Amino acid sequence: MAYMTNLYDSSKCTACRGCMIACKDWNQLPAVMEPFKGNYSTHEDTNGDTFTIIKFMEEEDPVDGVRWNFLKYNCFHCFDPACMQVCPRQAYSKTEWGATIHDPDKCIGCQYCTYACPFHIPKYRKREDKIAKCTLCADRVSEGLTPACARTCPANALKFGDRAELLAEAEERVKFLRANGFPRATIYGKLELGGLNKLYILTDTPDKFGLPIDPHIPKQIPFWQDWVQPWLGWLIPLAIAGSATSFVTTRILANKHAGHEEHGAHVEGGHE
Amino acid sequence: MVDLKNTDVALIMGSNAAENHPVSFRWLDRARQDRGAKIIHVDPRFTRTSAKADVYAPLRSGTDIAFLGGMIKYILENKLYHEAYVANYTNATFLIKEGFSFNDGIFSGYDPDKRAYDVSSWDYETDAEGSPVKDMTMTHPRSVLQLLKKHYSRYDIDTVCSITGTPKNKYMQVLETFCSTGAQDKTGTILYAMGITQHTVGSQNIRAFAIVQLLLGNMGRPGGGINALRGENNVQGATDMALLYHIIPGYITSPSNAPEHKDLTAFLTKETTKGYRSNTPKWVTSLLKAWWGDAATKNNDFGYHYLPKRDSKKNYSHIAMFEAMHKGEIDGLFVMGTNPVVGGPNANKEQEALCNLKWMVQADLWLNETADFWTYQAWERAVHNDKVDRKTPADIGTEVFFLPACAVFEKEGTAAQTGRWVQFRWKGAEPVGDSKADLWIVDQIATRVRKLYQGSTKPQDEPIVNLNWDYGHGHEPDIMKVALELNGYYLADNKPVPSFAKLMDDGTTACGCWVYCGCMGLTPTGELDYKPMHRDNKDNSKHGLGLFSNWAWSWPVNRRIVYNRCSVQPDGITPWPGDEKRALIQWDATAVGDPATGKLGKWVGDDVPDFNVTLAPEEPGGKNPFIMRPEGVGCIFAAKTSMKDGPFPEHYEPWESPTTNKINSQQNNPCVKVWEPDKQGNSKDFPYVATTYRVVEHWQTGALTRNLPWLSELMPDMFVEISEELAKEKNIKNGRKVIVSTSRGDISAVACVTKRLKPMNINGEIVHMVGAIWQFGFKGFATGDIANRLTPHIGCANSMCPEYKAFLCDIRRA
Repeated sequence: MAYMTNLYDSSKCTACRGCMIACKDWNQLPAVMEPFKGNYSTHEDTNGDTFTIIKFMEEEDPVDGVRWNFLKYNCFHCFDPACMQVCPRQAYSKTEWGATIHDPDKCIGCQYCTYACPFHIPKYRKREDKIAKCTLCADRVSEGLTPACARTCPANALKFGDRAELLAEAEERVKFLRANGFPRATIYGKLELGGLNKLYILTDTPDKFGLPIDPHIPKQIPFWQDWVQPWLGWLIPLAIAGSATSFVTTRILANKHAGHEEHGAHVEGGHE
Repeated sequence: MVDLKNTDVALIMGSNAAENHPVSFRWLDRARQDRGAKIIHVDPRFTRTSAKADVYAPLRSGTDIAFLGGMIKYILENKLYHEAYVANYTNATFLIKEGFSFNDGIFSGYDPDKRAYDVSSWDYETDAEGSPVKDMTMTHPRSVLQLLKKHYSRYDIDTVCSITGTPKNKYMQVLETFCSTGAQDKTGTILYAMGITQHTVGSQNIRAFAIVQLLLGNMGRPGGGINALRGENNVQGATDMALLYHIIPGYITSPSNAPEHKDLTAFLTKETTKGYRSNTPKWVTSLLKAWWGDAATKNNDFGYHYLPKRDSKKNYSHIAMFEAMHKGEIDGLFVMGTNPVVGGPNANKEQEALCNLKWMVQADLWLNETADFWTYQAWERAVHNDKVDRKTPADIGTEVFFLPACAVFEKEGTAAQTGRWVQFRWKGAEPVGDSKADLWIVDQIATRVRKLYQGSTKPQDEPIVNLNWDYGHGHEPDIMKVALELNGYYLADNKPVPSFAKLMDDGTTACGCWVYCGCMGLTPTGELDYKPMHRDNKDNSKHGLGLFSNWAWSWPVNRRIVYNRCSVQPDGITPWPGDEKRALIQWDATAVGDPATGKLGKWVGDDVPDFNVTLAPEEPGGKNPFIMRPEGVGCIFAAKTSMKDGPFPEHYEPWESPTTNKINSQQNNPCVKVWEPDKQGNSKDFPYVATTYRVVEHWQTGALTRNLPWLSELMPDMFVEISEELAKEKNIKNGRKVIVSTSRGDISAVACVTKRLKPMNINGEIVHMVGAIWQFGFKGFATGDIANRLTPHIGCANSMCPEYKAFLCDIRRA
């Protein structure tokens, strides 16, 4: 099956953040109020309750003056995702059309994926002790719908469709932009990391949008994938069993300790 | 909105279209991609719109006329105007009477005691028959074009830039780009919003747009026009229905106690003017028939005396109403769909005014700040200020009633957008709890009040007793009955009137709003066909102009682009050279115009002609596209009573300004009514220019959006934007609290220190700006101080639209 993806055009995005709301609505994610810190972004990064954000980046150029760049930031659904490589419980999988999805039932909350991801996208959700991230609305797409973010975009900055077709469209658009005031316009996601299943039309070089120009997966990851996982994967349950035993024994000891404390002056707090 | 895709250059001025009207950008971007169009943004702040524009030019808030005056001078000096258009379709050729003059900011006829003009000298020179005298060469010194040239000769680029603070190279770029649309095959559009209207010169700002667009030949043509981006989706509908004190439905002057309005005959004599408005008697009579039915007869002036008469010398606008309330002149208030404690200017004062009411009824989705104005929370202030009243609930005697209203998706009805498309919306969900639609609330009030008056024979009760109020007897009022009344019906058979040309002044037709006449038709089977419900998304224009004439319905008579006679040359046959695809209508001399007489000749085209369909171009008036004007042409010179403060826009400083007026010695608009002279801040105590605005994440006063968790999360706190330079000067850190003060009040907010704001060089001095969001209040999830506690109680000389956009403030670290 051909890959299906989102094409995001930063030259058309007006940063209305409708995609953020549509995402929260479809995925039923709660609002987590944080104080305004001096940037329209409000969220500095994605988190367990916010899968997609719009980043606002100001820059000043002596010739062009002030520019305000917007970037929709979320999972890039890499062709060969690092998160999938490092996950010890095989919680990650690729759909046949290219979405990287994460199964919370298999997730043990170890967060290796967060550190392995070149974009640090998978985020830990403390209340469930699980990782959560964008699914490219795989549940919608499997029913023939477009992802919630692309469905809602009023500025036509976000499109969903066949990756090859969108790539051709992106190339045309970049040619147009280069001739119309954006000489450094480029495509992101075509070649990076061997290809991302998210295509970005950027009006300037990726660093101006806070994206790594040459993203790479940490070197130890192939080692993990090729050696540790196939041969030493059984260590994980052992390690878990070990920690569980240690947890229980520690509790028993702690309770004993607390029992002593109760006779003393301190009432609140069971341990030191 | 769709028409924006037909433009060659879009000038967005005083609007943050990308944030507050996101859909407009879908079409602007289409124009950019398909036609290579350019987008210009002129605004005091670099916003999300500026980020998407090809050219961004800053200006000091309140200096739009200087900016546009310079543009007018540039167009005239470089002969960039569309000459054939200007000569034929505007009053540039008209001669003005001797006696008209302008001297140092004052036009002829000014009375400084009344702060008003005697406008009799602002008139055309007429011949023996009373027709205006014209000079088609436009060289006569008293021709409008020459007077215009003289008036704006003072607005040279250096003077303009020293007033507006716009960098000269940016200003030149705007001039060159936008004025290129004066070419015959180009059109340019202007998009504006509250950044233009909310000034003491708000109406004259629009007049300056009108002059620019008429000179460049951009009115009445696809991709042209002056587009008001509305603050709410149905502002157009609200004005159509006369939600303003000076008009009754259909933009007819509201009756007053003046002698010229003493009875229906006098009223109609006064208000019926030449041009299409000669039909005013038909509209007024039909309106009276709609309201008082059988009780409105020829013998009782169709019930004209039932209409309330306003005091012709009194102003009833928002500011005036709250001033009166503050003095205790008003007993009761209905508040529906508005939240003056957050949205009103000088909100501290407006909140105090509410305490002087006996009762107040508020209908809203949530208990908003106005409904809860009497609570402890409502009187908490971040900064102690002796001048600002602090009350407790015990001090307030106002009895407050709250009616839960349902949301837009929980009720049916129409909304009219800025392009005058009236679109029906079906109910999407059942209302929550006991909340009700506005129509239900109003219908219940009217029905129950009428019950109280039942059987009364007192003459003063007649307007209520005789009121024609029947929208069904079901649980919900029948919205189609409302729609039929607005459209108009024949009293004989209750059938809809097909168009306003068929309305009568003999009492045989009733019509609630003549501009809506034609929105209701009959299907072939005789059922009512309500056109705002039509949903055909096929573009019916030959050249893909995006008319979509069968999607909803637009007033008048489903015309999509008004004054479209301008899209062809005066001969009515030839399109403007090189612009064949944008000709909307054409004179077809061979088509049968009048089937009854067999007379040949008719206007045809993709759009409904905005013209008498059988009036040939060579007949008298056949070249006059602006049919709503008595002159028949567009007004570069606003003659007689059109404007209160001058036939040409002139730059005056905002009421509170950091500098003196450089272009004339009148500091402020000489016709503006000053309500609170003691509250005028000076630039010594309040050195910074302040302005207020919205963000896309919140809607209006935030009563809706600040109660929605997801939107609150996106913009959680009240913040003010300042430049890095001002932050350094005042030692303010990004993301930290600051206090902003004016002579009306103080607020606390988070500082947003940004590169997007820059200090300006005004008259050789550095002027800083502070931008504040006015959408926060003390209710909901996202709360913050009310920015309108800072804004002044002063309004535009013509419309009384408050000057929210330019005032003086001080800022310091909290």
